[in-house]
Amino acid sequence: MVTDAQAEQLVRENIGWMLRLAERLLRDPELAKDATQEAFINAFVGLENFEGRSSLKTWLYRITIYASLSKLRQLKRLAEQPIDEYLPEFDRYECRIELPWTHLASTQEIMENESLRARVNIGIDVLPDSYRIVLQLRDIEGYNTSEVAELLDISDANVKVRLHRARSALKKLLEPILRGEVDS
Amino acid sequence: MNIRKIGLRQLLKSFMMKRIHHMITCKEFEDFVQRHLDGELSDKQRSTFEWHLSLCRECREYLAAYKHAIEITNAVLTPVKSPIPDEVPEDLIKAILEARKH
Repeated sequence: MVTDAQAEQLVRENIGWMLRLAERLLRDPELAKDATQEAFINAFVGLENFEGRSSLKTWLYRITIYASLSKLRQLKRLAEQPIDEYLPEFDRYECRIELPWTHLASTQEIMENESLRARVNIGIDVLPDSYRIVLQLRDIEGYNTSEVAELLDISDANVKVRLHRARSALKKLLEPILRGEVDS
Repeated sequence: MNIRKIGLRQLLKSFMMKRIHHMITCKEFEDFVQRHLDGELSDKQRSTFEWHLSLCRECREYLAAYKHAIEITNAVLTPVKSPIPDEVPEDLIKAILEARKH
């Protein structure tokens, strides 16, 4: 049985990084607070049966991801939505329509400029959650294709399709920034 | 370059792509991109992919921008490790400990 003091210690030691994780996944501070609270409640329930096969932090990490995804599901934000308007275009001969690139802004140039970073974030926010979350889980949180498929309850093939579409859409959404057409 | 010239160029390119042995169209190339990044193309597919890339300016520039967009997105989304500890949200801690009792 977890005592009040042990529960408080568990919360204090882990709430910071769990809240940041939920914020990354949900991109909404209030929703992230709800998900973190739900994650702790689930953790208290499951703690009695925690067998220590993984570290406590790894276990809490997964619980936070489940609680965040559950929030997105409740809000019906994980259902696949059309993003065709952001995907590559081809002509009737199946040739790519791509304007010539004369400038490609460097990563350093963008990362050192707060205004450009904010614009990248706006671009990312345009992406529907069903695509963004795949990108987030695989590229940022470090899960592999099968693990993402399991977390989202979709097939491996669907994870790959969503990841490619998310990346293609981001290429288009970030294009004005990458081409240096945005005033910093 | 006017629209008619672009159209003619694309028509010639499309004709060339279809005539060259093992050549794929840009639309078919698109299906290879993800597997190329995951290192999942067979030797034959990889040489087809690279063959198309060497001849197609549009796909070359598209792929460079695509990879760059991934790099920038990852750089922006990856959390920065700060030496300053996270601020502890006391109101949330209180709410969690309160909810545990119910």
